[in-house]
Amino acid sequence: MWTFLQQLINGITLGSVYALIALGYTMVYGIIKLINFAHGDVYMVGAYIAFICVVYLHMGFLPALIISMVFCALLGVIIEKLAYKPLRNSSRISVLITAIGVSLLLENLMQIIMGADSRVFPKVVADNNYKLFNNHLLISNKQIYMIIITIILMILLNYVVKNTKMGKAMRAVAQDSDAARLMGINVDTTISFTFAIGSALAAAGGVLVGLYYVSINPLMGVLPGLKAFVAAVFGGIGIIPGAMLGGFSLGIVETLVSGYGSSMYKDAVAFAILILILLVKPTGLLGKNIKEKV
Amino acid sequence: MKKFLSVLVLVLFLCLIILPTLAASNNTIKIGVDLELSQAVAQYGQRELDGIKLAVDEINKKGGILGKKIELVIIDNKSDKTEAMNVATKLAVKEKVLAILGPATSGATKSASQAAMQYKVPIISPSATDDTVTINERTGKVKTYVFRTCFNDSFQGNVMANFAAKTLKLKNAAIITDASSDYSKGLAKNFKTTFTKAGGKIVAEESFGKGEQDFNSILTKIRDKKPEVIFAPVYYDEAGLIIKQARELGLNVPILGADGFDDPKVVEKAGKTYSNNVFFSAHYSSQDTDKKVKDFITNYKKKYNAEPNAFAALGYDLGYFVADAIKRANTTTDREKLRKALETTKNFVGVTGVINVDKNHNAEKSAVIIELKDGVQTFKQKLNP
Repeated sequence: MWTFLQQLINGITLGSVYALIALGYTMVYGIIKLINFAHGDVYMVGAYIAFICVVYLHMGFLPALIISMVFCALLGVIIEKLAYKPLRNSSRISVLITAIGVSLLLENLMQIIMGADSRVFPKVVADNNYKLFNNHLLISNKQIYMIIITIILMILLNYVVKNTKMGKAMRAVAQDSDAARLMGINVDTTISFTFAIGSALAAAGGVLVGLYYVSINPLMGVLPGLKAFVAAVFGGIGIIPGAMLGGFSLGIVETLVSGYGSSMYKDAVAFAILILILLVKPTGLLGKNIKEKV
Repeated sequence: MKKFLSVLVLVLFLCLIILPTLAASNNTIKIGVDLELSQAVAQYGQRELDGIKLAVDEINKKGGILGKKIELVIIDNKSDKTEAMNVATKLAVKEKVLAILGPATSGATKSASQAAMQYKVPIISPSATDDTVTINERTGKVKTYVFRTCFNDSFQGNVMANFAAKTLKLKNAAIITDASSDYSKGLAKNFKTTFTKAGGKIVAEESFGKGEQDFNSILTKIRDKKPEVIFAPVYYDEAGLIIKQARELGLNVPILGADGFDDPKVVEKAGKTYSNNVFFSAHYSSQDTDKKVKDFITNYKKKYNAEPNAFAALGYDLGYFVADAIKRANTTTDREKLRKALETTKNFVGVTGVINVDKNHNAEKSAVIIELKDGVQTFKQKLNP
């Protein structure tokens, strides 16, 4: 029983990272139907920016987190402007290939700049372990940070999308970009804004992972990026609450698979879920079936 | 006439093949280096290269071997098995090197040794400890052109199993292995055999895939089985994380590892307070008081302004090891003669101990056990083969 609860805590911690990355995937897909494979690498860049802030500029954790989010928001906008915007009217496949190209570019650029070896993320926050229920459950302060920061960011995102003018524009563009343009919405700005928010969230995920696992490397974004994609599809790609649901469920499923089965199967299970979802309910858990308009 | 022409063409053709080989044998001895200089285990390759370069510089300063200087042809194998073979092929065929030094890890060396066998070029790994590196798994025969200057995993696994069972007197062990590494799987197997033979019991066996960072779920599972000791034969990147996450989950039992733990990154990742009660087998200890070791440390510090670790020492020894064999073989081009000289190496005195090459092309030499005390490596004991 206690072991199960402990595994649940582990799973939620892991899931919050997937959820943060999945949000960016889902928003970008929702708005321009692009699976942005460079998203996992933005997450990696986020971790490195925070690393540089802390190690070379001697900043605290929160300023490093904010700077990293701002930097990655800019990076997201630049990537969109340089790599995806010129291809706005090309076929879906050329944009997808470009996304993979951007991903490789970021990975290799970081290897040149920061070295290929893994780096140790400094201890910006003291280690504290809380023991609950007579030592049966252990939770570290970093796990608490991770979960709380994730929830705060999600509430903020929800507010932005539901209650601001920009959020309204995002929803409008997602529904029909041509009609939105006719209504006087600046579609390009809206798309850039979506990339900015998504990348900032991914950066936050990267910083939290750096803080929690202490180890960062230029290829750290590859697998979480793919997993977040699975999470996004699982919850229903293009749907924001779906990404959160998908992220947390995937984290918990993975942890339980390695906790009660074998750690070797957890990636297999993650991708099996993807295949299963695509077979049974291609729109994801929260997705609605919309008939193609003729 | 026709016959004469065809013979002429044949002779010309042969000249074309032979000439470049002759041209290559000028004033230097070309030695290839096939090491992990980037990606996953770059730290090993980088440090070994530092060691090799230091040794070669020293040898060249003293006038080289047989009147010729050593020229290193260095290619990065990107910590990738397939790439390691490509690099070895390139070194053997295109660069026409006399011998190849490296790769650092077992998987990469096994893969590169296929190229070594095919092109008949001696390949010597400074740190590939898996048993099957020098032995063909299918036929059980020794791979003629593959050598190593380190001990193998049956020795290392035995050392750690005996240490757990006899020195620490512990009965129940859990094992964590990296399923993507031949090194890790081999060590776990040897540990298991020896530990069970010594009366111990394996209560949990867990493995993880390449590049894993989250060990919480398997450690939580292991904690449930109440082991008295954990054996984790993994590389430095994972080692630090496993120690840290185990301690955070309240698993305070001794954690044992092998030479993969021998890197400052382990302590950096685990944190000083958690780096206690950790033991691992290693090739050498910088606290050794031997003059050769002390000289090596001084020279290394002078050149690189950093403390050498065991991999730097292994690389350094490898440089002298191959130079010694070339001198005894008395040739700078004949790979076959060099191979025979390597096979008959006896009592080669290096920084990491006295090396005798056995019939399976392994180096027979001693191992040391190092303990981490608040993150500081302390020499615990020395074990002979």
